[in-house]
Amino acid sequence: MKCSEFLNELTNYLDGVLDARTKSELDDHLAWCHNCYVVCDTTRKTIEIYRDSELYELPDDLRTRLRSAIMSKCTASKKSQPPGS
Amino acid sequence: MSTIQPNIEQPVSEEMQLVRRAKRGDDHAFEELVRRYDRNVFRIAQHITQNREDAEDVVQEAFLKAYSNLEKFQEQSKFYTWLVRIAVNEALMKLRRRKPERTVSLDEEVKTEDDSLPREVADWSPNPEQNYNQAELRDILTRTIQGLPPGFRTVFVLRDVEGLSTEETADALELSIPAVKSRLLRARLQLRERLNRFFQKKGNGNGNADGDESSGDGNQ
Repeated sequence: MKCSEFLNELTNYLDGVLDARTKSELDDHLAWCHNCYVVCDTTRKTIEIYRDSELYELPDDLRTRLRSAIMSKCTASKKSQPPGS
Repeated sequence: MSTIQPNIEQPVSEEMQLVRRAKRGDDHAFEELVRRYDRNVFRIAQHITQNREDAEDVVQEAFLKAYSNLEKFQEQSKFYTWLVRIAVNEALMKLRRRKPERTVSLDEEVKTEDDSLPREVADWSPNPEQNYNQAELRDILTRTIQGLPPGFRTVFVLRDVEGLSTEETADALELSIPAVKSRLLRARLQLRERLNRFFQKKGNGNGNADGDESSGDGNQ
């Protein structure tokens, strides 16, 4: 297996959606190709770091304000429309 | 090597019960749906627009649209996926308004092969994120993901941050599954490449004799 072939399957490999035979071919490639091992490992870390980063959490006060605004707009929109429209 | 698993699993039936109650005019049920997904919609919106005010607007407009069009929701997908589709469209519209000089589309041409092949293969420190304090790390991650084209950024956020499946992401973005996979691969590889300069091991191969990895490489 060439490195480019490995990379094409990297997403499927990390997501665990490969059949056993293809996965085993990729495992074999990783066992001897250090570069692909590093790319695979650091890509996995990239995903984990972003997943755990809690970027853009919605603060409680803003959350309450937004929810209240949403619900009053929804109620107002219902009143402005005849039922069943 | 361990695999990455989506981190959200919503009980469909409970969600659908709320949707059906909301369709019958129960606003408390709709409010429960808002409560359930507002954080997710806000994160997605801010990732796409990169602007807090726009993200707040998107949250409101997406839920209002969902409320007004609830009758049209066919229940063939999760409500959340349908809501995400509405939110992504609203967010892209905001982005287009803010950056009219740039084409903002999920359908942008994606070059194959060479553009995402790793140019630099450098191993990272173990737990490299721990070399930075929370604010520094947040800044690094924000600036790095901002550099991705919106189409890549959106796929990465839905799949890897929000934990939608490939099929749900394709459904929410109205893309084919191969298109989602292709964008996801490129997004992941580009982020990895851009994070190299922050996270790679210092002095690769030079045999740092004192073995102290904490010395001063966390301040940039």
